[in-house]
Amino acid sequence: MDLSYGPEYEVFRDELRAFIAANRHLAPVAGGPRDEKARAWQRLLITHGYTARTIPSEYGGAGQPPDLLKSRIIAEEFASARISPGLGGQGISMLVPTLLEMGTEQQKRDFIPSTLSGETVWCQGYSEPGAGSDLAALRTSAVLKGDEWIINGQKIWTSTAHLADWIFCLVRTEPDAPKHLGISFLLFRMDTPGIEIRPLVDMTMNANFNEVFFTDVRVPAHQIVGRRGDGWKVANVILGNERDSLADPNIAQARLNALVELMKTETLDGRRLIDQPIYRDRLMRIQGRVMAMKYNELRVLSSKLNRGQDTALARMIVKLQGTELRHELEGLGIDVMGERGLAYGANPYLQDAGAWQVHYMFYLGLIIGGGTSQIQKNIIAERGLGLPREPKTAGAA
Amino acid sequence: MEFGLSSEQVLLKDSLDAYLRERAPLDRVRRFADKDEGRATEVIAGLNEIGLSGLIIPTEHGGVGLGALDACVASETLGYRLAPVPFVANAIMVPTALMLAGSPAQQANWLPQIAAGKTVVGAALAERSGARAVAGSQAGVTAVDGRLSGRALYVLDFEADAYLVGDLAGGLHLVASDAAGLGRQRLETVDRTRPIGELVFDRVAAEPLAGADAAVMQRVLDIGRTMLAADSLGAAQNMIDQAVAYAGQRVQFGRVIGSFQAVKHMCAQMAADLEPTRAFVWYAGHALDEIPNEASLVACQLKAHLSEVATSVAKTATEVHGGMGFTDLVGLHYWFKRIGFNRQMLGSPELLRGEAARLQGLV
Repeated sequence: MDLSYGPEYEVFRDELRAFIAANRHLAPVAGGPRDEKARAWQRLLITHGYTARTIPSEYGGAGQPPDLLKSRIIAEEFASARISPGLGGQGISMLVPTLLEMGTEQQKRDFIPSTLSGETVWCQGYSEPGAGSDLAALRTSAVLKGDEWIINGQKIWTSTAHLADWIFCLVRTEPDAPKHLGISFLLFRMDTPGIEIRPLVDMTMNANFNEVFFTDVRVPAHQIVGRRGDGWKVANVILGNERDSLADPNIAQARLNALVELMKTETLDGRRLIDQPIYRDRLMRIQGRVMAMKYNELRVLSSKLNRGQDTALARMIVKLQGTELRHELEGLGIDVMGERGLAYGANPYLQDAGAWQVHYMFYLGLIIGGGTSQIQKNIIAERGLGLPREPKTAGAA
Repeated sequence: MEFGLSSEQVLLKDSLDAYLRERAPLDRVRRFADKDEGRATEVIAGLNEIGLSGLIIPTEHGGVGLGALDACVASETLGYRLAPVPFVANAIMVPTALMLAGSPAQQANWLPQIAAGKTVVGAALAERSGARAVAGSQAGVTAVDGRLSGRALYVLDFEADAYLVGDLAGGLHLVASDAAGLGRQRLETVDRTRPIGELVFDRVAAEPLAGADAAVMQRVLDIGRTMLAADSLGAAQNMIDQAVAYAGQRVQFGRVIGSFQAVKHMCAQMAADLEPTRAFVWYAGHALDEIPNEASLVACQLKAHLSEVATSVAKTATEVHGGMGFTDLVGLHYWFKRIGFNRQMLGSPELLRGEAARLQGLV
């Protein structure tokens, strides 16, 4: 047992802190890839190896060797300084690692540098109205005619579709193959004729998602990643990463700290909420769960650094537990405020810009999205505990 | 950076587990519990040969000289196998008190005896971890001129040759079980794998630990709570293993019941709740060894959280077994009750969360 990172890493942390102190005025407050300040910040971070760290420099990354502890220190320091850790989005977090693994040399050169710089913004076309938990049942079709794919169908839950330049999209190209083997992974421009985007307002009353309709959309044949029919394999290269990032225990810890502060200031009948045993007990109960997930994360990190520890189950449970925990934590924040917890939007009594209410609802979305809690439990039971799969019903593929 | 068990810790766990699997399987635990075999003398001796009673006692006093994290590993294994042996008081809390508050002469006298298994020492500290009234009167022990009077309830590792007794003023004392004026009565509890009792003192001669203070008491409680939590981790893990095995072979409606999502999701929820507590137990053991300023808070939160999780696992695993889970025949209730014991002893979850808040300055 050794929880220290060692002197080399403490030097790295000190350098990073010095960098943040000297440059934090350059960090964008909010603002996506269209914001020049955000792009300049991204360039600066790549130059110093604080983002796109392990992506080879010929593709616009920092070209550093993989180092889990340095990556963790970077995440910790940017989170605690509460400044932008660089550009995010599904292009950077999902497509770039997919292309590095499965793309052609030409595709890597064409897409990775412009994605990292923020010049090209992507959206992800996976889910469909009839293909949610059963994603491989997707029906959007692509038919090869001459040297073009002709695409027809519909996608849903497409975040940033209205902002994106390009889409990476799963389509059915082999209608007669078994469902997992008939899918291909295509890349195409969002201004291609035949694409219609409709915003999808969710319960937070924001249009975080869209519906995207394709009618005879024509895409050059070479814009495919992997081979025809390999799309499921290509998509699964990184799907696991997406799940874990939805439930970072360090962010839950930061929200817990905010909740303690809220309970020290908010009062009920003249007494601070922190001084009321029933509310305090709920707070302490959530703290116990946050601690469990933090130490679990430490164990998983250690197992990636050192061989010999099987943490498959410890990893499988993170999305399920982490999203449910955040939903409950944010919900306690609302209960603590009582009637004021109902405030929303332009309400002058709104606390913390509505963060408690928005997170409470948004995390319900995350309990569902990225593989529902029920799908997570199937995975835990079948792959983690070795229980038998559900028998196939007649008619199911 | 390494957060995991060492190969020595894995070996300790495997040795204890192999011994208990062989020598104290459930049907034998039943015989001890039903008093057909009385005290599990031979099993106690066998485990002491592996080093159980001297686990954290320094080598110069005849012990193995290991730390709290090693003790967590041992405690988890005892819980997994329902070991009907003294441990939390005798091997952990009492040696901790002696090492921190005993004189060199007391350490030289008591520690080698405990390490060698020649003397078993129970702990009468329940009134120091949350006092309760009994039959309208407050339990508790007072010391006057070196003699103890009063009543101590829920004494841990009760089948003992001596007891560590906490008085109401914060003092700690050692008392021989055959001391004049000491009345002893075993108290039946739901968990028949670990004896609990009551001590009644009438001006009983006692040996004080001169160095006893609030910090010592806190440390003794911290390590005791951490051990009980580790025991619950082991017990709950065993219940999950049994439930998953049963769900994988029991057939109803022409299908293995573990293929029904209703059952599958019960199993998954148990595993998802329990798995992170493994790292939590390790962290608590490590904090006791290396990060003293975090140890009390982590111990309180660990025992509160693990008690909640293990209680829920105990209920769910029983349900997965259907009617058979409710029977004495299958014997799941031994683990269910062991988890119940660990939950109430040395502070229930609400008490511990209250203490956790105090430790953080929130009260």
